[in-house]
Amino acid sequence: MLLSRVLEEKLGSLYRAGGRIVGGVYLGKGQEAFSAALGVQLRKGRDIYGPLIRDQAGRIAFGEPIIDTVRTYLGAVTGPMRGRDGNIHRGRPKEGHMAMISHLGSLLSVVAGGLFARRLAGTLADSIGATSIGDGGTSTGAFHEGLNMAAVEKLPIIVSIANNQYAYSTPNTRQYACENLVDRAAGYGIEGMTVDATDLASCLKAFRMAAAKARAGSGPQMIVGTLLRLAGHGEHDDASYIPDTKRQDPSARDCLQVAEDFARDHGWLSSAELRELNEEVRRNVDQTVSKVSKEPAPDPFKENWQALSCAELVEGQHEA
Amino acid sequence: MSITYLEAIREAQYEALREDPSVFLYGQDIATFGGAFKATKNLSKEFPNRVFDAPISEDAMVGMAIGAAVEGARPIIEMQFADFSSIGFNQIVNQAATLYWRTNVPCPITIRLPSGGTAGSGPFHSQSMEAIYAHYPGLVIVTPATVEDAYWMLLDSVKLNDPVIFCEHKFLYYHLKADQIGDRELPIGKARIARPGRHATIVTYSAMVHEALRAAEELQLDGYQIEVVDLRSVKPMDTDTILASVARTGRLLALGEAFPWGGVTAEIIARVTTDGFHLLDAPPMRLNSKDTPIPYHPNLWKSHRPTTSTIAAALRRLLRN
Repeated sequence: MLLSRVLEEKLGSLYRAGGRIVGGVYLGKGQEAFSAALGVQLRKGRDIYGPLIRDQAGRIAFGEPIIDTVRTYLGAVTGPMRGRDGNIHRGRPKEGHMAMISHLGSLLSVVAGGLFARRLAGTLADSIGATSIGDGGTSTGAFHEGLNMAAVEKLPIIVSIANNQYAYSTPNTRQYACENLVDRAAGYGIEGMTVDATDLASCLKAFRMAAAKARAGSGPQMIVGTLLRLAGHGEHDDASYIPDTKRQDPSARDCLQVAEDFARDHGWLSSAELRELNEEVRRNVDQTVSKVSKEPAPDPFKENWQALSCAELVEGQHEA
Repeated sequence: MSITYLEAIREAQYEALREDPSVFLYGQDIATFGGAFKATKNLSKEFPNRVFDAPISEDAMVGMAIGAAVEGARPIIEMQFADFSSIGFNQIVNQAATLYWRTNVPCPITIRLPSGGTAGSGPFHSQSMEAIYAHYPGLVIVTPATVEDAYWMLLDSVKLNDPVIFCEHKFLYYHLKADQIGDRELPIGKARIARPGRHATIVTYSAMVHEALRAAEELQLDGYQIEVVDLRSVKPMDTDTILASVARTGRLLALGEAFPWGGVTAEIIARVTTDGFHLLDAPPMRLNSKDTPIPYHPNLWKSHRPTTSTIAAALRRLLRN
């Protein structure tokens, strides 16, 4: 959580400074507890994870090194996306980390398909899949189709819905008409629960239970987390559409603060230790950014410009 | 003993399932029922747990195939009709087609599209989608016109490490027969000279190959020898074979059943005029369907698509120029 917050603050400042990051920066501020609590349930190399836009914390918890994040944001040729795609659109599918596209809901069926193939091949064992979405993403046809199919196939998948109350600027009232998003679980014939997503302990408990049920063969598990996005949709967005009264709501608590207070109150970490940890994390992030800054940018003349893996089927370049 | 185009597609899937345990079939009504056209008849019996009925969710069907492919499977997805692939469009063009380029992980999926018009099918069970998908980088688009190609190109498609849109023509399903499936002659990406000639070239694909051959017969009576090029795959498009044919004949008619705006015939004309303008003795011609949705009634339907007589009329105009 802390590493995610510090890394994203760094990315935000690089964005505001201009020049280094082309394109947008999309942060998960306020969603780290919910995201990380899912990520830690997953085992890299055995489970399949389809994170979305605000899952920096979950990706770290899953085992993605932060250098992959930095390399993708800076478009370094050394990164997993090699400058061909950027920012949050990254992954290593062969390691079970799916690389999201921008079209919301469309990763659900992809993660389900990976599990389906494993079941056919007899290699599923106790592996599970997990994917994230926001309140807005639940309105897509792809989300509905994917979840319905995962339910029909009884696949071991966790669907994590971070209800941060705004899809970009659109409030919940313009997004869905049911009382609570978790009510939909019954319609799909799957289990679901709601959790206070500002509270790390509650999130950990919920996802631990969901993962255990999925591994035990109980089919898809829906977890809806209630929280407020504490940043804009992206760093270009000041979120002025969120009224101040909303920011006084319990859902607007900063999950990182809540978690730190919890740790301090339980005597797990002293203030001094927290400060030390903070500094160590900052050093790690700064060193990573500094290393990646020296790495080569992609060279259009070295790029092969081939969208097919079968080179013999690539058409000649028809240039004037 | 003879085999239809449709049976060849069924046989190819049988063979793909038999050869490779990582192949599975996912589509609506394809298991016990055997598919709306029976292209998977008995396959679920012969290969238990390899052929699955899908919910009516084209988006999720394609998404699941992509996820399965990442895990090493080689899924074949049957769209009940090509038209409905528009619901899976996003997964095809944005997820499947970009996967390899973005992540270096190949996406070996085959999506079967029962394509093209038959009388009485109307606007939403008759479409030809090849141009739409060919527009996007990262996809291979095959359009078999013969029983052999239906068989061999489907088997080849399943073996390719890239997403393939397999456009099989419904009009050919029952009408087109061969005594047997011949040997595999050409790989995907190579066009075929379906009929040699020297006065004009028709470049076409799928069911229109047969209309073109009949029109060529008709012109033969007037003393003209028309060459017919069957593209076999519209992407990649075998420009070399097209140009070589135009070099022999000097005249080009690009023929397709799809809608006229843009598309495969426009691409053929663009390639020949940019790379082979000097080969042309007359302005090239295009013949497509009319620019309306595909009509229901047979009288309207026959006039909407190119037919032997409209192709022959176009050839006569082309030869007068």
